Parts: sequence; structure tokens; C-alpha cells
Amino acid sequence: MSERPIKILIAKPGLDGHDRGAKVLARGLRDEGFEVVYTGLRQTPEMIATAALQEDVDVVGLSILSGAHMTLLPKVTRLLRERGLDDVLVTAGGIIPDDDIPALEEAGVAAVFGPGTTIAEVAAYIRSHVRPPEA
Amino acid sequence: MSPAGTRAEELADAAVAGDRRALARLLTAVENRTPTAEAALRRLYPGTGRAHLVGITGAPGAGKSTLVAALIAEVRAAGRAVAVVAVDPSSPITGGALLGDRVRMQAYASDDGVFIRSMASRGHAGGLAATSTSAATVLDAAGFDLVLLETVGTGQSEVEVAAAADTTVVLEAPEMGDEVQAIKAGLLEVADIVVVNKGDRPGAQRTAAQLRAMLTSTVSPRVAAADGAFAPGDERAARPRPKRPEVLITTASTGEGVPALLAALDRHRSAGREGLAGGARLARAEAQVLAIVSERLRDRFHGAAVAPATEATLLAVAEHRLDPYTAADQLLASLTGGHPAN
Repeated sequence: MSERPIKILIAKPGLDGHDRGAKVLARGLRDEGFEVVYTGLRQTPEMIATAALQEDVDVVGLSILSGAHMTLLPKVTRLLRERGLDDVLVTAGGIIPDDDIPALEEAGVAAVFGPGTTIAEVAAYIRSHVRPPEA
Repeated sequence: MSPAGTRAEELADAAVAGDRRALARLLTAVENRTPTAEAALRRLYPGTGRAHLVGITGAPGAGKSTLVAALIAEVRAAGRAVAVVAVDPSSPITGGALLGDRVRMQAYASDDGVFIRSMASRGHAGGLAATSTSAATVLDAAGFDLVLLETVGTGQSEVEVAAAADTTVVLEAPEMGDEVQAIKAGLLEVADIVVVNKGDRPGAQRTAAQLRAMLTSTVSPRVAAADGAFAPGDERAARPRPKRPEVLITTASTGEGVPALLAALDRHRSAGREGLAGGARLARAEAQVLAIVSERLRDRFHGAAVAPATEATLLAVAEHRLDPYTAADQLLASLTGGHPAN
């Protein structure tokens, strides 16, 4: 039995159409040895929660540039909790003002990665914060 | 009972009862080949064999994921539950993977009759992950009527899916090759149904016509045997014989031709039920059991008791002091002496 790679869902909630960042991140995390499920643009919180549940991911990474993060991100964390996915690590990236971060953390977003964060930093954070897999 | 056994019972029973979270966790255990997964599969297997397992394979970019999405819509319209196992390749260098098949299958977030699971191939060659068949078994047990196994983008010889599925669909795009491509051995030979996708592109009709001409011609006695031209006792009727796939045209992005594909899948299934595919089921059982046997053998050679002896034998082969055939015989003999099962 080999060690299981950590599985990550990268999703873009909301309506902004800029997914270059999410794709670069998804590819970078692939190169870091993670199994990355990429779901593409314009995801509703519903779709993200369903994908996280069916894929049984360890991490949900949300990329958002539209400014709607205060509405959409807490909705995602709430849906995840409602479906019993409270042990999933939720992170966010994109354009999120520092002032909003405490409220997002309160809502269950574990970490917010702003512009300039390197893929290696994201990978290191994920490796040190994901729950150990079960037998 | 062992903790893994208890956990397996809970997960398996919950998954069968419709708990999607338990189903997802069980699939993870299956992918990771844990003791829990093995115990759960032992428990679930007797109740399986009801779902129609359909393999979808073809070159990268032929439209497999889009066709799967279109099939989901069609199957749901018919009121049947459908699960998808979508395999993408793992990096041979880092072990990482980018699983992108869900991008085209997003419309069913709140539909309990649809379950989509991405899998990384994790180094397994052949188009599937080593655990894809077991994943399909779990989804079968969970009550899905149709389980679609979408392979990685394949070339000419990744035919493994044909052993895993009841019905194998090979996807072609227009203008991908001439008539010689169509008569090469390999992937097209294992197709029960050939689909020319992107039917709105120029050349789709011609590609389909070429494939039909090449794949369904009756030039050889073996093909005649497939048509039932020889009596059952005739030696010629028993030879391995090529399939005679239906050739269909779809435009997955619009859904054009997809109802006809579902109808063809159903027809193939009923034909299989009437016994034509009995041999295929036996072949699948053989592939499954032999894969487990070889895995167990490998584990035992690496087991604490035999590992030093195994290593010494391998070293002898590496240094060309011993030939690999004699080495294999020695290893097998070392297992039968004094090692009880388990």
C-alpha cells in the first residue's frame, strides 16, 4: 500500500471569468505531487460542495476575483459543514482585502492566500494542515 | 471483528443505503487499497452485477467527457441513476495529477441520481487506474443502474477497459485517420460500439462510412462465425472472433445522436444478457482474480519472512549469476514450503 496523495478541489465560485490563476495553481499543485480536481469557472456553492463530497477531497481551494467573497465563501463553508465535510481544509485565494480575512476565518476559511503567494508556500501550508488519511 | 472490518461494514452498509458521504469515503479506501476497502468489497460483491458497466475510451480530445455529460442527461431523462468513474493520468515524475473531467459534468450538483468520481491512474498503464474496476463494483452495489468508466485519453492499445466493462464504446473524432487506421489491431477491435463524435465537423460522415466499411465487412471466416454462419459444433465457430461494432455519429456538445447511443447501449446489454457476453464476464473475472493473486504474491515476496531470500535471488539475477526463469521458479517454490495461507 503506497502513501495516498493529498486530494485537492480547485474551484472558482461566482461569475468572474478569470481562471488563469486557478489553472496555474492547479497545475503547480499537480507538480507538487497533489491530486488536483479542477472544476472550472462559474461554480455555485452547491456545485462546489457536491464535488467536494463526491471526490472526498482533503482540501477545497477557492479562487475568487469578483469581490463577492463575503457572500460566496461563507456559503461554501456552511454547505460543506451541512454535508458532514467539517474536516475538509478550506482555503481561498484571489483578490481579498485584508480587512475581510478575520470574518472569513470566523466562517471557516482556514487560510487566505493573496497575490504574490508562491505555489511552494501553498503546498507547504496544505501538507502541514491536512488531516492524516484513515486506514 | 477487526477495526477495519467494523469500519468496512458501517461504510458499506451506509453506502448501499444511499449515504453519499459514506460512498465517497469507501471509494477513497478502494483507491488506497486499504484493509477497510478489501473487507467492504468482500461484503458488497455478492450484491453486485446489476449495473450496466459501460467503458468510454478514445484519444485525448475526442470528446469523452462531453459525451459522458450528454449521456448523463439522457440517462436521467429516462429516470435511471448514473455514476461516472473518470480517470486521468498521474504524473510519472511527481505522482501528482490534474483531474479535469468534471469541468464538463457540472449540471447535476443537486441530483442524487448522479455521482461523479475522478480517479488518478497512479502509475497504472492501460487506460484505467488499478482500482477502477473495484470502484465500479462499489457504485454498482450503491444501486446505480449505469456506471460509466471513462478512461484516460488512449492511443491504439489501451484495451484494458474492455475487460472491465460490459459494453465498450470507442470514440473517434472525424478525420483522425484513413482506412488503414481502422483495420489496425488494437483499440478498435475491442469496441462494441464505435462513436464518431463531433458529428457537426466536416468529414464526420465520411469517417463513419470508412469505419463501417472496414469494421463490419465479412471477408474472413472468423467474421462469418461471429454472424453465426457455422453450427455450434463446428470447429470454426469456436475460434476467437472479431466483434462487429455498430458505428454511430454523435455531436456530444449538442446532444445530437446521444439518444441513439443510449439505445445502442441498451441493445448491447440485452444481447449480453442472452448469453453472447458470457465469455466476456468470465474473462473479467479471470483478470480481476489474477490481478489480486499477483498483488498478493508480490506482498508475500516482500513479507518479512521471505524478503531477504527474495533479495538474494534478485541480486543473483542482477549480477547475471542466475537467469530470471530459474529465479522465478525458486521464488514460487519458496512460497509453497512452510507458509500457510495468509
